[in-house]
Amino acid sequence: MERTMKLPKRVASMPLRFHGGIVALAALLVFNSLFTPNFLQLQTLFVNISQVATIAIVAMGMTLVIATGGIDLSVGAVMALAGALAPLIFLSDLGAANPALGVALAIMLPLLVAGLCGVFNGVMVAVLNVQPIIATLILFISGRGIAQVLTNGNLQTFSNPSFSYLGTGKILGLPFQGWLALVIACVLFWVITRATWGRYLLAIGGNERAAFLSGGPVRRVKIGAYVICAVLSGFAGLIVVAINSASDAARNGNLMELDAIAAAVVGGALLQGGRAPIFGAILGAVIIQLVKYTLLANGVEDEVALIAKAAIIILAVWMQQFRRT
Amino acid sequence: MNALVSMSGIEKSFAGVPALSQASLEIAPGEVHALIGQNGAGKSTMIKVLTGVYRRDSGSVVIGRGESEISSPREAQEAGIATIYQELNLVPLRSVTENIIMGYEPKRLGLFVDWREGNKRAREVLARFGIDIDVTEPLGNFSTAIQQLVAIARAVSLEAKLVIMDEPTSSLDASEVEVLFGVVRELKNQGVSVLYVSHFLDELFQICDRVTTMRDGRTVSTRIVSETKKLEMIADMLGRNTDEIAAEGMTDFAGAKAKRGSILLRSENVCSGPRLTHFDLTLHRGEIVGLGGLLGSGRTEAARALFGVDALEDGVIELDGHTGQPSGPDEAISKRIGFLTEDRKAEGIIPDMSVRENMTLALLPKLAKRGQIDFERERAIVDGFISDLGIKAAHMDQPIRELSGGNQQKVLLARWLATEPDILILDEPTRGVDVGAKREIQSFIRSYVDKGFGVVLISSEFEELVEGADRIVVMHEGRSVTELANPGITGNILVGALAHHDAGADTWNAQ
Repeated sequence: MERTMKLPKRVASMPLRFHGGIVALAALLVFNSLFTPNFLQLQTLFVNISQVATIAIVAMGMTLVIATGGIDLSVGAVMALAGALAPLIFLSDLGAANPALGVALAIMLPLLVAGLCGVFNGVMVAVLNVQPIIATLILFISGRGIAQVLTNGNLQTFSNPSFSYLGTGKILGLPFQGWLALVIACVLFWVITRATWGRYLLAIGGNERAAFLSGGPVRRVKIGAYVICAVLSGFAGLIVVAINSASDAARNGNLMELDAIAAAVVGGALLQGGRAPIFGAILGAVIIQLVKYTLLANGVEDEVALIAKAAIIILAVWMQQFRRT
Repeated sequence: MNALVSMSGIEKSFAGVPALSQASLEIAPGEVHALIGQNGAGKSTMIKVLTGVYRRDSGSVVIGRGESEISSPREAQEAGIATIYQELNLVPLRSVTENIIMGYEPKRLGLFVDWREGNKRAREVLARFGIDIDVTEPLGNFSTAIQQLVAIARAVSLEAKLVIMDEPTSSLDASEVEVLFGVVRELKNQGVSVLYVSHFLDELFQICDRVTTMRDGRTVSTRIVSETKKLEMIADMLGRNTDEIAAEGMTDFAGAKAKRGSILLRSENVCSGPRLTHFDLTLHRGEIVGLGGLLGSGRTEAARALFGVDALEDGVIELDGHTGQPSGPDEAISKRIGFLTEDRKAEGIIPDMSVRENMTLALLPKLAKRGQIDFERERAIVDGFISDLGIKAAHMDQPIRELSGGNQQKVLLARWLATEPDILILDEPTRGVDVGAKREIQSFIRSYVDKGFGVVLISSEFEELVEGADRIVVMHEGRSVTELANPGITGNILVGALAHHDAGADTWNAQ
């Protein structure tokens, strides 16, 4: 009792399920260090960080969209689209002639296209009042199709060390994309807690009519959330391509929407909106990644891993319902 | 007379707050019975007790011969009571026939739905009301009025003895209302009783036999409509003496003008749709102008038009000498207008956000430097209002949902005071708050106006308007009809102004 009293107010009022997430993470770590061979090695850490980063990056974007009371099913397709564009650009004649410019454009242009996808989603939802699940279903279906058309359905392999840095580079011995995810998290956390945009985001998710009648720029903020989510998905798509030194439009980001939604929900996002736990999304992504890894490393088949993931989502949603009553 | 439904001594409380006390209602077979009352008078609670949605605390409900223990809507339906809600509980994507026979389908071989028979039945039921439509079309293809009639037809086909209609005309146009009235008369001819709940008193004279008036959870009168004047109904609803109303209503309204500054806001011939057709208002610095009128008279719609929520179809709004309606709440706020909405829960608070965040929501653009919130200033401002308005909260970071209604309302008032608006529109600022908070809120409003700002005050409580407003614009059915000026307004003068505008109804009644 005495100890909790001394906790800073913010920590003490943190939602229960966030603690629940930390407990789950601790349990996973303990289990793995006891039963998974070679778990406590640096190599394992690298593998997990490099894989969790893409889920975490997309999950943070998803968290913003969910905070408005929406959902974005198109994140995986946007990953595929951005991922397919990048090699096309730096493998083109222009890219080959100017390697530096080629790589720069191969990062900027796909992100721009991803952003336009976000504008499309946002306008559908915020201006045309289409249900988010339907609005984003459009790109969910067509985005990957466009990516496959662009690449004629072929796997594009390449060797471009500067581009591959996105997925294989290391800073202070840790994977670049892990640092990237961390930087994005810090920026978004700042935006949510300090910027007017973040305040409006939470207000709109909490009570859209009240936010509108208080002068909140509802449309702009909602479109912004979808744009950020799409750009982050684009980033993730580039990272996957960089890790593999190959772009496979059919597989890049496949089922990512489910991982991202699951991570956001496990991290404490409320599907009805009004809450944007950015670091929660990272925690959720780590838990999902660790469950996948645990099962894989212990010889459980991939299909079973899907069931385990479903169980986590059910558990997280159940905890939300439990808290609400 | 053998009553079809007889409710007496009904008591019902919610969390210790009485919603009904000693309420009663008696409906005769084959009669059209109106139930009227101000908002919160207990009409809907009464209906929900009758239909088994709520369980009564005490009292008796007799339906037909026996004491009824209806405890669910299903049982009510089986007892012959059908309710037509404003929000229709039908399936728009399925055919008219399916909607009428749902749950009671005629079967062939005990297994398959006999559509030929079903369609025939549906057509027959509708024909009884003179409606001839293609019953195989999806219900959603038809107008609201037809859908409502289909709901009624379904009720009749289930051999309802009593059909309850809750505000049935609120979304119908004039010709559709006529069709509905035809159906109500036809129900009556067939011996079905109708309980008719409406805010539009004029309608009652056209179709109702008797009217029961409720006020503050009690039944105050049951009258025969053809022997009642509209003025008497209003007097019952508001708890006033008709003689007083009539006498004072006759006096000249030209009172002394309040001291006032330059014109802040002028609206002329403003129309934003069928619920607000003609609205004139002039607001000066340093005055409170009240909007009086019964429910559905267009008061809230007027506020929404001024704040740029509903676009104008016609008319002019002039703010501080410049013509033009604000394009939306954000522009209205930047033009120094504030709008405290009527529905605190749906349009006011953001329940999970803190007192601080709720209070500074409208001020946010001014609190930010390059998109970043100035927390130091925010806390100072919030601190100031918490002590000025006496808001009782554990700390400013407490979620607003944990506060009492009165304190929530003070936070919302502070949300608008913080933007320092020239014009503050207050829609029912003291509804649902306790007496103490009410007095405080009223005195803040007065002291704000004394600083040279203007307030538009909407209230269903006539005392609040009479005591609070310098002038009162009286509204009726979407139009501003009269203007009264203080000093000199009394509650009875105000009620008289409302009632006298309806002289036409009384003459109609006298025929």
